[in-house]
Amino acid sequence: MMAPGRPIRPLQFRDVQQGQALQKRLQQVVADVGRPISVMHVCGSHEQAFSRFGLRRSLPPDLQVQMGPGCPVCVTDAPDIDAVITLALAGLPVLTYGDMFAVPGQHGSLRDAQAAGARIHVIYAATQVLDFARHHPEPVVFFATGFETTAVATAAILLQDPPANLFVYSAHKWVPAAMDIVASVPGSPIEGFLAAGHAATITGSAIFDAFVARHRRPVVIAGFEPLDILSALVCLVECIQQERCDVVNAFPRCVTPQGNQRALSILRHVFQQADGPWRGIAHIPGGELALRPSFAAHDARLHFADRLARSTPRSQPDRVDPCRCGSIMTGTALPVDCALFGTSCRPDQPVGACMVSSEGPCRIWYEAGQTDPRSCDGVQP
Amino acid sequence: MTAASDRKVRLIQGAGGPAMRSLIESTFLRGVQHPEALALSDGAAIPWGDRFLVLTADSHTVQPLIFPGGDIGRLSVCGVVNDLAMMGATEVLALASAVIIEEGFDLDLLEQIAASLHQTSVEANAPVLTGDTKILQRGELDGLVVSTTGLGVTQRVVRDSGLRAGDAIVATGTIGDHGLAVLSARHQLGLIGDLRSDVAPLNGLVHAALAAVGDALHAMKDPTRGGVVSALSEMAQKARVQVRLQEAAIPVSAAAHAASELLGIDPLVVANEGKALIGVDPSALDTLLSTLHSHPLGRQAACIGYVESGEAGTLLLDTGFGTRRLLERDANPLPRIC
Repeated sequence: MMAPGRPIRPLQFRDVQQGQALQKRLQQVVADVGRPISVMHVCGSHEQAFSRFGLRRSLPPDLQVQMGPGCPVCVTDAPDIDAVITLALAGLPVLTYGDMFAVPGQHGSLRDAQAAGARIHVIYAATQVLDFARHHPEPVVFFATGFETTAVATAAILLQDPPANLFVYSAHKWVPAAMDIVASVPGSPIEGFLAAGHAATITGSAIFDAFVARHRRPVVIAGFEPLDILSALVCLVECIQQERCDVVNAFPRCVTPQGNQRALSILRHVFQQADGPWRGIAHIPGGELALRPSFAAHDARLHFADRLARSTPRSQPDRVDPCRCGSIMTGTALPVDCALFGTSCRPDQPVGACMVSSEGPCRIWYEAGQTDPRSCDGVQP
Repeated sequence: MTAASDRKVRLIQGAGGPAMRSLIESTFLRGVQHPEALALSDGAAIPWGDRFLVLTADSHTVQPLIFPGGDIGRLSVCGVVNDLAMMGATEVLALASAVIIEEGFDLDLLEQIAASLHQTSVEANAPVLTGDTKILQRGELDGLVVSTTGLGVTQRVVRDSGLRAGDAIVATGTIGDHGLAVLSARHQLGLIGDLRSDVAPLNGLVHAALAAVGDALHAMKDPTRGGVVSALSEMAQKARVQVRLQEAAIPVSAAAHAASELLGIDPLVVANEGKALIGVDPSALDTLLSTLHSHPLGRQAACIGYVESGEAGTLLLDTGFGTRRLLERDANPLPRIC
């Protein structure tokens, strides 16, 4: 938090002239490669930034930036949402982040549950969960979602002597596991990856060394300002052009090779990697962050297991056959390639994961009214 | 989702977007034929001699009731005074204030809110001449609701549908302050800095603007719920024009900018309670800006974009890096994690 009385300086990473110079440079390096290139980002915040600044429209026609499985909300499995709704409708207060509020499971969203009388509280910081639980005598459920970044915050509150009535329903995800799946898809056109700067702030850049060695594709860690993204794209295309399979840290003001050691040790102390389903993609080995047995007393999945087993059918099919979310999030299809897109799959009645959250690729394309990859920001070029 | 849950009123139907308009059309406007009601404006204009009476009503709820820069008492006066001013009725004949209070409400707090309401009505030269007080049982209401009715008078009625291609769009000051201040207070973010609601009566400022540029002022709207995006989308739809904004020209205070980045909420979609968006003939732009700049509530007024013929109802934002379309959404903005 900011110190009192200190003036707040505006961010310095939106210099339009520098941006235009980088856009020119990007045109040049893509032209130097001389053929169409596909790269992928794996982060909802990157997609937000593309959309927020209208960046996609300025990309060279031969550069396709795919949206990978980067939205933790989109990939939160529908039965997990259903389970939390079950607890909420049973009268327990449920706290969660705003992103999750409107995302439907198989039987409506938390927002619908709230309209039906459930107590759903949108929080901004995990510490609010502790305050809430300490001031409420009944069991309190924290629906904890997000990648490494928010998982650390969840871990931190469980290490702060949490009250006995606090139960965490962890749907936290571990991004590097999903990147492995995406890079392993046979016939994937993806030649390089933009990695999420905030997640890498926690994990460090070195975590991608093994990935690059395994998959022989470069990874550039990018921040979220327009200049960050443009310079990272230049760097990634240069790697592709020079056939260099490197990990490049293009977000050095936040990311170090070893990452945030304290955060990582908290994370590992509280969570362990587990296999689990990512909505719309696959069952991902090591893709889940589950609470360790030593935190079982606060694990909502265990504490309410009987109640959830009674009311939540977990075997329902989540994927409808023609839905192409899996292909979209693994970079082998675009939203417009899906027959359901904009017809039976719409934001008010999503079929696939990519349409459920405002960070989902299909949702972003639909809301921008786009039917053409070059008009991703909703503006015809 | 079941059909039964579709037959319930939902929170998003009060967010100021298309869902709210469709709710009103399918309920309160059903069978209504009066064109003034069907215009869905901020108020209704009634011919009165050679002038017009303008009538408007607004219910106010806000959590917390007292927030940085204001409180529900001040808000309940400004909301109505500003709705009148947006239609040109800067002379307020009377306000009526109906207050519904939950049993057990703190009396000191009620006195503080009432004093603020009174003080704001004096500041706006908008006398509260009548009212009503009801108490509901504990639990039947969350604290306090204030409904205000306002009656004003004007020579010329200004409409939010009057934009013309070529018009300049002027914002009378910084954007996003109220919504971000209230959200920060509600989510107890503990932001320090000068993030305060802009809640203020605009009739003085609008009076000066109308006196300076007259008929060159084509359209006006206050960007309350849904913010600048909702207000300009509605204006563009009604006038069947396209509006293009220049992001760099939109005044946003450093504190609001920082809060919006932290919360992941665009200042263009949150409520303002002391700002107007004005469509003005470009020949009168300089006069309008210098008039606004010489008024205490218009010091940071700026031209933020222009009206184009283009695609009817479309709102575009040039970011300097590219162009994006701004879309009205049916949702109250929530802080995001990703």
